[in-house]
Amino acid sequence: MLIQILFYGFSLVLVAAALGVIAARNPVHSVLSLVLCFVTSAAIWLLFEAEFLAVVLVLVYVGAVMVLFLFVVMMLNVDFEQLRGGFTRYAWLGWITAAVVIVEIVGVVTAKRLGVDVSRGAAPLPADYSNTEALGHVLYTEYVYAFELAGMLLLVAIVAAITLTMRRRVGLKVQNVSRQVSVKPGDRVRLVKMPAEKRQ
Amino acid sequence: MQPTFTWSGVAPALPEIYLAAAICVLLMVEVFFGERRRGLTGTLTLLAIAGGAALTLACAQVDARVTLFSGMYVADPLGTVLKLFAFLFLALALLYSRAYLEQRDILRGEFYVLALSALLGVFVLVSANSLLSVYIGVELLALSVYAMVAFDRTSGVAAESAMKYFVLGAIASGTLIYGMSMVYGLSGTLRLDDLAARLTEAPSLGLVLGLVFIVVAVGFKFGAVPFHMWLPDVYHGAPTAVTLFIATVPKIAYFALAFRLLAYGLGGLTGSWTQMLAVLAVLSLVVGTVIALAQTNIKRLLAYSAVANVGFLLLGFVAGTPTGYGAALYYMLAYVIVTLAGFGVVVVASRRGFEADELEHYKGFHARDPMLALSMMVVMFSTAGVPPFIGFWAKLRIIEALWETGHLWLVIIAAAASVVGLFYYLRVVKLMYFDAVPAGLPATEKRTGVRFALGLNALAVLALGVVPNPLLELCERLLG
Repeated sequence: MLIQILFYGFSLVLVAAALGVIAARNPVHSVLSLVLCFVTSAAIWLLFEAEFLAVVLVLVYVGAVMVLFLFVVMMLNVDFEQLRGGFTRYAWLGWITAAVVIVEIVGVVTAKRLGVDVSRGAAPLPADYSNTEALGHVLYTEYVYAFELAGMLLLVAIVAAITLTMRRRVGLKVQNVSRQVSVKPGDRVRLVKMPAEKRQ
Repeated sequence: MQPTFTWSGVAPALPEIYLAAAICVLLMVEVFFGERRRGLTGTLTLLAIAGGAALTLACAQVDARVTLFSGMYVADPLGTVLKLFAFLFLALALLYSRAYLEQRDILRGEFYVLALSALLGVFVLVSANSLLSVYIGVELLALSVYAMVAFDRTSGVAAESAMKYFVLGAIASGTLIYGMSMVYGLSGTLRLDDLAARLTEAPSLGLVLGLVFIVVAVGFKFGAVPFHMWLPDVYHGAPTAVTLFIATVPKIAYFALAFRLLAYGLGGLTGSWTQMLAVLAVLSLVVGTVIALAQTNIKRLLAYSAVANVGFLLLGFVAGTPTGYGAALYYMLAYVIVTLAGFGVVVVASRRGFEADELEHYKGFHARDPMLALSMMVVMFSTAGVPPFIGFWAKLRIIEALWETGHLWLVIIAAAASVVGLFYYLRVVKLMYFDAVPAGLPATEKRTGVRFALGLNALAVLALGVVPNPLLELCERLLG
């Protein structure tokens, strides 16, 4: 019973936040609503005993991706008026997409007729079951090849990104600490011997 | 119960493990010594390739077909042979392009690291036995290649073509994984061998729909018409050393992609995808050949020639028989050997501040540099399909395979496209041998080592044409 109350509570917040993402006029508010979406989705995943995914969603999406979004929205001076100009031209596409999604939702809700009972849900797992541990086992045994290759893929992405963007500009004034420390008086001060001037 | 890893359980995958380790080591070498010694990483890369080839040979699968990593990886004779060829082709491409990179101040270790990671992608595809490893291999290869195309950061054209390649490639990856998800959803397995075993009845509509998306992605990777738009721009815009690379080594991977995914995994749908590929192949032959006639830039000319050649290669798959696949494999290897020499000449004929990429630059090439002109002539004759060269046998095998399966119309179109193609290949020869040298062209550089390798490459085009049987029989045995 408690779980159901929690589920509907989080779902309500999720739907409201999702509406906020598309309805907010201020893009910063949109991004913040999206953060709320992710947090409530993570909570719903927790209810489904998928705690690893919940934690990853918060860490990766809220912690990294959304912060990046916020930076982009706040730092870049995007002219949203101009961006939204002509938006209604594509409204028909939006209506079609919405219609398809509605049909799909109805299909899922009435899926019982297909012989799949979705209302009951899966049986609860034993108390000592760890979702994280189970994922770890699968990733490092059955899918170890794909997992390691995905790691290589990320490595290549890093190498490519750095290769294409990092450049050593000429004439850049950077400190070289070791040279600063090992500097000798002779390098900085030139002692000039000159005869004393006569007093005027 | 957990599966345990034993030495015998991973040993056949040693080439991939070795390559991944080599990439990491070379990256570290570049970080610590790259600044002081410019060419060090390049030299080490060639050594790593030699070591990798030896290792691949040592753990070669002679007859058996072994699957590892819960069936994601397959080690078989075809994989071993393709990997050895990939090592050879990459070594040649890096050898040819080194001076070019140096002249344009882009001789950096990352180039070699990216080339090796692309090679790892090729290997993953070559040994793929699961939709998942196919996809990761495609991405690993594509990501490395995008970065290589944009490698010369001072070149706006290169950046533009890299952007085009990247955006279109992302769409192709999307279609590939979308098609895969449908096939997975309807068959319930990611493993290609299971897929081959399960898809025996008449295919459902959903499967065919998924197949369409997969064929589109394969067509895009090959650069088959109508998914060829990126190919001339990328070949033209990329630094020639990179063009040399992307025109050769990845073709092995794309052959493996088509063979493992379509011919093997989706072998139950052969009747469907051969029809789709037939359309792509005919369009490629016609469009590639006709547009190549109008080119004035040799890189674009070779790009459209690549499109036409892809048409021929796909015709081998259209035959849908082991003979056809063997002919396609032979065609692919022959094409890569010839293309290596072709772009090799373009790379070697360039020098600092001068790109030898316009057809104009090849007027009277014989008078300026007889050796390079001779190599280029061999390339042109072979691509055109003139008898003593390897390209002739490649085209002949494809036509034979089509003839056996009764595709009379395709035989006629292929033959007609070859005849039209003769015109522009021979036009290059005419420019080189019968036209006067235009004024103001810089002399070509004398670099003995590279010229020796290039000469051997051109000689191989002739020698493999005079004695075609060993390679032909190898291809037939691998796919028979």
